[in-house]
Amino acid sequence: MTRHVASADEGSDVETRRRGRAALAAAATTAVALGLSACGGGSSASGGTQLTWWINPDGGGSDPEGGGQAQLAKECTDKSEGAYTIDFQMLPNSASDQRQQLLRRLASSDTGVDIMSIDPVFVAEFAEAGFLAKVPEDKKSAFTDGIVPPAVTNARWDDQLYAAPFWANTQLLWYRESVAEEAGLDMEEPITWDQLIEAAKKMDTEIGVQASRYEGYMVWINALIEGTGAQIVQNPGASGEDLKFGLDTEGGRKAAAVIQKLADANVGGPALGSTNETTSLDMFQNERAAFMLNWPYVYAALKGAEVKWMDDLAWTRYPQTIEGEESKPPLGGIEMGVNSASDNKEAAWDAVECITSVESQKTYMLGTGNPAAHTKVYDDPEIREAFPMAEQIRSSLADSGPRPLTQYYGDVSSGIQRVYSPPGSVDPETTPERAESLLHAVLKGDALL
Amino acid sequence: MPAFVVMVLVTGYPILQAVWNSFFAYRLTDPENRRFVGLNNYLVSFTDEVFWSAMWMTVLVTVITVIVELVLGFIIALVMHRIVIPRKTLRTLVLIPYSIITVVSGFTWLYAFQTGTGFVNQWIQWMPGIDANYNWFGGFWSSLFVISLSEIWKTTPFMSLLLLAGLAQVDSSMEEAAKVDGASWLQVLIKVILPSMKAAVMVALLFRTLDAFRIFDNIFIMTGGANETSSLSMLIYRQTIDRTEIGLGSALSVILFLCVLVIAAVFVKAFKVDLAEGRG
Repeated sequence: MTRHVASADEGSDVETRRRGRAALAAAATTAVALGLSACGGGSSASGGTQLTWWINPDGGGSDPEGGGQAQLAKECTDKSEGAYTIDFQMLPNSASDQRQQLLRRLASSDTGVDIMSIDPVFVAEFAEAGFLAKVPEDKKSAFTDGIVPPAVTNARWDDQLYAAPFWANTQLLWYRESVAEEAGLDMEEPITWDQLIEAAKKMDTEIGVQASRYEGYMVWINALIEGTGAQIVQNPGASGEDLKFGLDTEGGRKAAAVIQKLADANVGGPALGSTNETTSLDMFQNERAAFMLNWPYVYAALKGAEVKWMDDLAWTRYPQTIEGEESKPPLGGIEMGVNSASDNKEAAWDAVECITSVESQKTYMLGTGNPAAHTKVYDDPEIREAFPMAEQIRSSLADSGPRPLTQYYGDVSSGIQRVYSPPGSVDPETTPERAESLLHAVLKGDALL
Repeated sequence: MPAFVVMVLVTGYPILQAVWNSFFAYRLTDPENRRFVGLNNYLVSFTDEVFWSAMWMTVLVTVITVIVELVLGFIIALVMHRIVIPRKTLRTLVLIPYSIITVVSGFTWLYAFQTGTGFVNQWIQWMPGIDANYNWFGGFWSSLFVISLSEIWKTTPFMSLLLLAGLAQVDSSMEEAAKVDGASWLQVLIKVILPSMKAAVMVALLFRTLDAFRIFDNIFIMTGGANETSSLSMLIYRQTIDRTEIGLGSALSVILFLCVLVIAAVFVKAFKVDLAEGRG
């Protein structure tokens, strides 16, 4: 799968770079690649150009009628009327593992990758490394018109469009209406983190957040900082040594104060430092937590679990870090990219157009519960019926705060997670400063991570 | 000669490649910026607290697991040596944990100690007066405890079988003679049995120490290196695979390789002395 066939429009410079990468990738990761090459499943079809789409696991699994990406692969293959067939390979579960597997393949110019489902935060890294093909001019409007703006921002790098938003995720504040009412919270008005923590203390309940040392914790930290008007990376696109951070700022310290307050108030559960999306949902489902910050998939999960208090379930916008300052809900989702080393780029972009069409996004949202990136999908009556919180999702997506746009995102995220873990150790006076120092040292090559 | 060439290619080439890579600073995502930095990657490693924290964790988990496994393995070996019921059945039973792949056993222990759903906490809470849901993976020492427990559970059988082979080599007439002379069971154990199986103990210690020093799977599964539980292998993984910092990762790999080489040399030397003593 690591053969390289240069297309006619590639210059010798690109060719040299690819050869170098191929050699490096082979030297550095042979053993790992051998182990992982056996992973994943796939479907096969015949006729036309054969495309391979590397998908992240979703609720549809590998079932061509499961409502997920596997189904879209089949539907778009059928719609192409023989122009192309989309085969798929499954990526690992976590975003970090997905990045690693794609990175290894892309670095070795693996032509067995045509289309990729990429976590938005890795578009910059892949694009900067030359792994992603630019979106052709004639496709740009199809991929951006009507899409929630932050998802388009994440698809761009260096003033160029490198990906097509497929679905866009955001977090909401999920809560038990009766508990909020008893705590005296007016949920019609914007809620602050301080109010939420006080209410949880008063009602002797917990708040489900993601504070384990993983990407989910970075999502929380970023949303808290964005909610103050500050940004973790102040000059996106700068080289590693020139990156400026907004952690040790007034906003950064206020964000850290929220984490400290939540940990000190002991309302994050006994294992705050080990919480992720699933454990947060468990806390909420088992009535240990009356409040939870989580992605919209939880609605289907709670319905599926047939919780007795479904009538008491409510949702609202992500809490404010500072009273009066609009919150910036987290942004997630998946962007579709095309491998610059693919021999079938033209067909791949055609397939991406089908996969990201309004119709496909609606199918995907209904099938998996993952929110569409296209605003038009939210006007659909079927979507409105299946997702009572559809309007809240759309407005949260529109106002969301993307995570830092930098080709060093992996280092930035890991460094922050390290210094801010465990949440109980966070001190607004020292933690942001320590995090910035570490990131500067790491990006200069003076420290390990 | 062909065998030697194959060995050099298979063993020597990757090592030399790692040593060569360790003198450069470059990323897999940016290979054009590869530049020679001499010993800087080693300097960065040796002056970083993360490295020493990983070294501390590695040494600690090695010492704890090897000592406990040696003691437990010896007890099991003694029981198997003396017991009346068929040894083959016992050996099969004892080998069950060892035959389970580490990823599976790691996840099993992770789920057992997980906060909220783990049965260990549920058992603890049944005890009178205790109403706690302890976060085992929330701190260094408790994480170390669970990681070590998983390692010990899995590898003690291996240790016991090696020691059982050693016990089989003990001259039973010497034991009998000591008993006739009035030696207690403990005296027989310390003065006769243990000295006679030094070589077996050394081999068991050598294999397990080298193995434990390269610990990765259980840490990766249980903590991912959080709470300062990264081992040297985890640190290499993070630099090389997560960060694609090939130079730094290679430098750390060379350091780990040298550590393992030193440990092996010490044990091999001790082993040779024992053999000489035995022959003498």
